[in-house]
Amino acid sequence: MSDKPVTFTIDGVEITAKAGQTILQAADDAGIYIPRLCYHPSLPPGGHCRLCTVKINGRPASSCTFPADEGLVVENDTEELNDHRRRIVEMLFVEGNHYCPTCEHSGNCELQAMAYRLGLLAPTLPYFRCERELDASHKDVYVDRDRCILCGRCARASREVDHKVVFGFEGRGVHKRISVDAPHNLGETNLAAADKAAEVCPTGCIMLKRKGFAIPVGQRKYDHEPIGSEIERSRSAK
Amino acid sequence: MAEAHSTLVKEVVEQFGADRSRLMDIARALHGKLGHLSEDIIGEIADALGIHRVEVRDMVSFYAFLSRSPKGKTTIRLCNAVVERMNGADEIAQAFEEALGIRFGETTPDGAISLEYTPCMGMSDQPPSALVNGVPITGIRKADVPAIIDAIKKGGAVQSLPVAEIELNLRQSGPVIFAPMDRGAAVRRAVDMTPDEIIATMNTARLRGRGGAGFPLAMKWDFCRKAEGDAHYIICNADEGEPGTFKDRVILTEQPDLVFEGMTVAAFVIGAREGFLYLRAEYEYLLPHLEQVLARRRRLGLLGENICGREGFNFDIRIQLGAGAYICGEESALIESLEGKRGAPRDRPPFPVQKGYRNQPSSVNNVETLCCAARIMEKGAEWFSSIGTRDSTGAKLLSVSGDCERPGVYEVPYGATVATVLNMVGAEDAAAVQVGGPSGQCLAPRNFGRSISFEDIPTGGSFIVFGPQRNILESMHQFIEFFVEESCGWCVPCRVGAKHLDIIFRKILDGKGTRADYQQLEQVCMTVKTMSRCGLGQTAANPILTTMRNFPELYDALLQSDDFIPSFDLDKAIKEGCEITGRTPALEEHHV
Repeated sequence: MSDKPVTFTIDGVEITAKAGQTILQAADDAGIYIPRLCYHPSLPPGGHCRLCTVKINGRPASSCTFPADEGLVVENDTEELNDHRRRIVEMLFVEGNHYCPTCEHSGNCELQAMAYRLGLLAPTLPYFRCERELDASHKDVYVDRDRCILCGRCARASREVDHKVVFGFEGRGVHKRISVDAPHNLGETNLAAADKAAEVCPTGCIMLKRKGFAIPVGQRKYDHEPIGSEIERSRSAK
Repeated sequence: MAEAHSTLVKEVVEQFGADRSRLMDIARALHGKLGHLSEDIIGEIADALGIHRVEVRDMVSFYAFLSRSPKGKTTIRLCNAVVERMNGADEIAQAFEEALGIRFGETTPDGAISLEYTPCMGMSDQPPSALVNGVPITGIRKADVPAIIDAIKKGGAVQSLPVAEIELNLRQSGPVIFAPMDRGAAVRRAVDMTPDEIIATMNTARLRGRGGAGFPLAMKWDFCRKAEGDAHYIICNADEGEPGTFKDRVILTEQPDLVFEGMTVAAFVIGAREGFLYLRAEYEYLLPHLEQVLARRRRLGLLGENICGREGFNFDIRIQLGAGAYICGEESALIESLEGKRGAPRDRPPFPVQKGYRNQPSSVNNVETLCCAARIMEKGAEWFSSIGTRDSTGAKLLSVSGDCERPGVYEVPYGATVATVLNMVGAEDAAAVQVGGPSGQCLAPRNFGRSISFEDIPTGGSFIVFGPQRNILESMHQFIEFFVEESCGWCVPCRVGAKHLDIIFRKILDGKGTRADYQQLEQVCMTVKTMSRCGLGQTAANPILTTMRNFPELYDALLQSDDFIPSFDLDKAIKEGCEITGRTPALEEHHV
């Protein structure tokens, strides 16, 4: 990671990164949107979703973890990469059980918004039809694993911001799931409703109880403009 | 009971210095004593280490050899790798099930025996094979099954059975790995040189990593040596998990001194005081032998303080056992595992030579690479580079298995063609060869003129021969199932994509695939290959991609001309309902 500003290009546009920035952070500052799901600006990168994969000097790498460096040639908004990204979002839809029409998070959901942005019309990949566990044992927060995309934001937020380690992973491969730091369920943990871990979920998996439909459908975050617009706006303003 | 367990957990945790990074050893030790690691025990371990329960569960739930539910006193892990299944593993599985009255994944009602499957355990030259509480048995015939069960019931003395005899099958030894060695010669030579001179020697020898990627050793050691850190580490990757490879097992049996010699030279070069040999759990039976060799090297002054009389050259080696995870052969996953965590690979950069074990500069080297390095110290760079080709110097150990007369380990100079090897091993009628294991490539006879080398076909050493009688694509599907099982689950394209490869490929193999399915399969392959985080995902589609390229006729024969065939099976879906109601619906007109 460079200790001084560096200049490189994304899709031919020259941008300057501050010392220590990743490619994705530098792109955000420059108003260039690289699709992402597991990344969150206040957390260390996870490298789980791979949507932010770009080609760096011709080789694929996740831009959320790759340090910006002088002279790098980065490809981002290409048909090939966007095809792969769309397929990854599709994989997430068929891996879990995502019932958008009845989900409280619809309209605020980053997974749903990403599907719209990337033009995913309907999944063509076979559904896994898995059985996932719902944990409503906590007084203020519930975890609906049907909607979990294993982005690990909750685990990182709990560790890095809340200093609690309420969430972690268990199992491997297709059996991997979000796990809680208690013998049985979330209700036994010291999670608080105000914790960062309860706020950062990109889908409707970790939700606050008794907050349903405070904002009506139709007026929600992604109802009027695609995900990433807030980043791209800063570029058009320049 | 609970209190006794609590005391036991505390004792074991203390035995490993209450060091969080020794969680693998703690978990293994307790698993050995208790048979499984219950949620209560997981909590006790967390308390004793002062870490979170979810962190212990995260690690324990990752490894195939660590169970969280009670298992039998003895666990039989039958290997269901491709070569084993080509040699009757399914029949042996059935014999075990019938003899014990249980299915795989189950335990006998008396709690005596559990049946499990395990992927390639490094015995493909003597299939079918199994691990009985860690003891390998090989060349199992159906008739052996009663005697094996009998021995287990009589107290677990499978060691004395004929099937417990491990064949060496060292078919062709060459000058590089298996030639007689002068113990200590390489280290004595090293301490008379400077680290820079040794790196220059490796550079002159043009030694490249034997794991398959072929990174120049001189460069790796140089990066590691120059990287700043509080400590430097040398790690030997003996997590030989690529299906069909077993040459490291033969090296560790026959030439362990050469491996430790290479590690000691590396330690001298990079400035390591501590080294690790990460040994796959399947090779646990080699541990006493390896510990003896280490003890002898300490006695001879080849490990410990002031090695070979060189003031201040202090170095020792610890052997770390794994717990059943193919991904730990990936160097950054190996490091995570060595730190007592789940074997999830890391994103690079930073590379392990910059930030590896405990975030310090670490050189992770293959068993065979370290042997080559030791030999180069002993015999010189010119001698080494005179073997092989310009870009691939030296020789490669091949683990040959499958349909051939003489399976086993062969030392072959780089540049040898596939056809030459097939001749050597007695497989002139081969219909296909899988070079480099499932993550490598499947070659057709028209490719047999190609050469084993970094410039043509790089390989970690697995060489699986398929005879004309084999259904090659079925074996490829088994490789895909292997990747589904072994994906760590960290990233989406590998975790989910590999499962989709399995499903779509299965549909085609079942004769229900159309051109559209083929196209979708190809697209998913490319997404998994391009977008995955580590080498496992990036190569997981290779069994399909390389057969699409080299055996298009096999796909053509399977694909249907229909525009669309549903993967949904109506008969199957309503089967249970029909059974309950005792009626079948009149749906004939809807059937495809």
